[in-house]
Amino acid sequence: MKVGLFIPCYIDQFYPQVGVATLQLLERHGCSVHFPVDQTCCGQPMANSGFASAGKGCDQNFARLFRDCDHIVAPSGSCVLHIKEHLKDASDPEGSAHIRRHIYELTEFLTDILQIETLGARFPHRVGLHNSCHGQRGLHLSSMSERMLPSFSKPARLLSMVEGLEVVMPVRVDECCGFGGTFSVFEEAVSVRMGRDRIEEHAANDVEYITGVDTSCLMHLEGLLRRQGSPVRTIHIAEILNSVS
Amino acid sequence: MKTMTHAAAAEVFNQDAARTRWHDETLWFVRQKRDRAAQTLPEWETLRSWASQIKDHTLSHLDEYLSEFERNALANGVQVHWAADAAEHNRIIHEIISRHGIRRMVKSKSMLTEECGLNEYLHEQGIEVIDTDLGERIVQLRHEHPSHIVLPAIHLKREDVSETFHEHLHTEAGNHDPQYLTEAARLHLRERFVAAELAITGVNFAIAETGGFVVCTNEGNADMGAHAARVHIACMGFEKIIPKAEHLGVFLRLLARSATGQPVTTYNSHFKKSLPGREMHIVIVDNSRSRQLGREDFRNSLKCIRCGACFNTCPVYRRSGGHSYHTAVAGPIGSILTPNLDMRAHADLPFASTLCGSCTNVCPVKIDIHDQLWKWRQVLAAEGHVSWTKRVSMQMAAFVLSRPGLYRLAGRMGRGVLKTMPWLAEHRWNPWSKSRALPEPPAESFRDWYLRNRKS
Ligand code: SF4
Repeated sequence: MKVGLFIPCYIDQFYPQVGVATLQLLERHGCSVHFPVDQTCCGQPMANSGFASAGKGCDQNFARLFRDCDHIVAPSGSCVLHIKEHLKDASDPEGSAHIRRHIYELTEFLTDILQIETLGARFPHRVGLHNSCHGQRGLHLSSMSERMLPSFSKPARLLSMVEGLEVVMPVRVDECCGFGGTFSVFEEAVSVRMGRDRIEEHAANDVEYITGVDTSCLMHLEGLLRRQGSPVRTIHIAEILNSVS
Repeated sequence: MKTMTHAAAAEVFNQDAARTRWHDETLWFVRQKRDRAAQTLPEWETLRSWASQIKDHTLSHLDEYLSEFERNALANGVQVHWAADAAEHNRIIHEIISRHGIRRMVKSKSMLTEECGLNEYLHEQGIEVIDTDLGERIVQLRHEHPSHIVLPAIHLKREDVSETFHEHLHTEAGNHDPQYLTEAARLHLRERFVAAELAITGVNFAIAETGGFVVCTNEGNADMGAHAARVHIACMGFEKIIPKAEHLGVFLRLLARSATGQPVTTYNSHFKKSLPGREMHIVIVDNSRSRQLGREDFRNSLKCIRCGACFNTCPVYRRSGGHSYHTAVAGPIGSILTPNLDMRAHADLPFASTLCGSCTNVCPVKIDIHDQLWKWRQVLAAEGHVSWTKRVSMQMAAFVLSRPGLYRLAGRMGRGVLKTMPWLAEHRWNPWSKSRALPEPPAESFRDWYLRNRKS
C-alpha cells in the first residue's frame, strides 16, 4: 500500500516533530510511505478568507504530487477536510477526485484503514483531549454533542490503547478553541477568549497536556498557555501514539 | 455614526470579561436545555430530516403554495396584502392604521417588523407601537434593539431591567426581584392591551391548505393583543408558508425544543378568521427573499424557523453579543441572510465565525449554515467587499505557497514562512501576539529532516 504523506506547511515549518511521529507511526504499522518533497500547502488559509480562487496553484501542485498514491494521510483534520471538500485541479479532474476520496486524517486512517488494535505506546500522563471542529464535525472523527446519535471517538479510542495515559475531557466536550485561521487575528478578542475558556476547563482537570488532531488549534492554545506561563503543554496526538521506547 | 464591524464591537463587548462570561454561560445553559429536550425524542434526527424536506419542497413550489394560501385566506374573509420590500410593508400598515384613525396599538414579537424598521417608521409618522413581549418591551424602553431573535433582552441582567423599570415604570429603585419586576411589567402591559384598538403580530407558520396561521409565544401576548383589538395585522416573510396543517406537528415539536428546551411553546395560537365586525389582515413580505431564493448556494437559508438554536450554540455569538452583528437578525443565520440584503454593509458577518459547524448541527431544519458562511466569503471576496490588505496578503500567500522552491526559500530564511502566514506575521502590532506567544521556530523543517534521515 503506497501511502502519500502530506505534512501541512505550518507543521513542516514549526512542528517537524509531528511530521516525524506521523511518518514513524505509519512505517511501524506496515505502510510504505512516500513523502513528495515539493509539497507546500493545501490552500485552506486563502480559501477560508474568501480567496479559494487564489488557491489554484496550490491545488495543481497538490494534485500533481499525490495523484498516484493509494491513500494520502495527514496529521491535520482541517487540512484534510479542505482537500476533501475543495481540491479541484481543472487540468486533472480525475486525479483530484481520486485524492478527495482517498485522503485521510491520521487517526481516521489508523482506525478505519489500518484497523489498529494495539499500539505498543506508553505515555504515563494525564491528558486533556481537544476535539478540533473540522476533524470532528467535518470528518466525523467522533460523535458530536449536538447530534442525537450513538457516541464514539476515533482519537479517544486510540489514546485508550496507550499505556499509562489517562484521558480527561473538558466540561464542554466539543466547543471550538477559537483559532479559525485568519479569524484568530481579525477577531482577536473573541478568538483569545474562546481559547482561554478551553484552557481553563482543561486546567481545572489538572491535565499535564492538551492533545488533539490539529496542530493549528494546538498552536493557538500553546501560544496562550506560554504567554500565561502555564505549566500545561500541548502535544499532537501523533507524538503520543508514537511514544514507543 | 458609522456602524462598528463585528470584530470591533466584539472587542468592546469583551472588555467586560465578567459580563462576557455571564452572557456565554447563560446562553450555553439554554443550549444544554435544548440538548436534554432533544435527547428525550428517539426520532429527533428523523424529525429534522422531515422538517428539512418539507421546507425544501415548499421553497421549490412557493408560488403555488402562496397562491393557495391567499385564496383560502380571502375565502376566510381575511385581507391579504403583498409587500415587495420593507418600505411597502411599512406603508401598508400605516395605511390601515390611518384608515381606522387608530391611536393605540400593541405588537407582539415579529422579527420581520424589526427587519423592516416598522417601529421607527411609525414613530416618524407620530405613531407609537407598544411591544408586548416582555423582553422586547424592555429593550424598547431602553431604545435598543433585540440582541437575540427568541430572547430579545438576553444581553441584560436583572439589575439592568430593574433600573430601566425604575426609570420608566417607577418601580422601587434597587429592587431586582424578577417576580416583582415581572408583576410591574404585567400591570403596565395590561393597560395597553385593554386600550389597544389594533394588534400587530408575527406569523410562525402560514398554512396553505387552510389559509390559517399559527403564532407561537410563551407569554400569550399575541393572543391578548389580537383578541382585545378590533383590527389584527399579521406580518410574515413569504418563507413562513407550509403546505398542510399536518406538517405543523413536525415543526412545533422541533421549534420549542430547539429554542428553549421546552417540549412545546406555551401558546401556539391558531388564527383563521376575524370575529364579526372586526378585521384581520395578512401582509406577505418579500424584501429581497426572492433574490435569496435565486441564489442556489444560499436558497435554503429561507428554511429558517427562527428558533435561535444556532445563536445559543455559537461560541462567537455567546462571546460577542447580538448587537455586535448590527442587524435585526444576528447570530449565524443572520450572517448568511443579511449579506443578501446589503453586501457591503454586512460583509464582515460571514467572517465572524470559526466555521466550527455547531450551528449546522443544531439547526432543526438542517440549514448548512457554516458551509454558507464559507460560500459567502467567496462571493464577498469576488465582489470586492474584502479589505485591500487581506486581499494582498492572501495573494502573496498564494503566490509563495504554490511555488515549492519559493516556499522552501521563505522557510529557510529563519522559518520566514511566518511572514507569509497572514496570521503569524511577526509584527509588534500583529493581533496574534497581543495575548499569544508565537511558535518557536525549530532548527530544521520536516522536509529537511526527511532528506537527512530517509533520502540518504
Ligand atoms: S438557522 Fe436553524 S438553528 Fe438558526 S434560527 Fe434558523 S432554524 Fe433555528
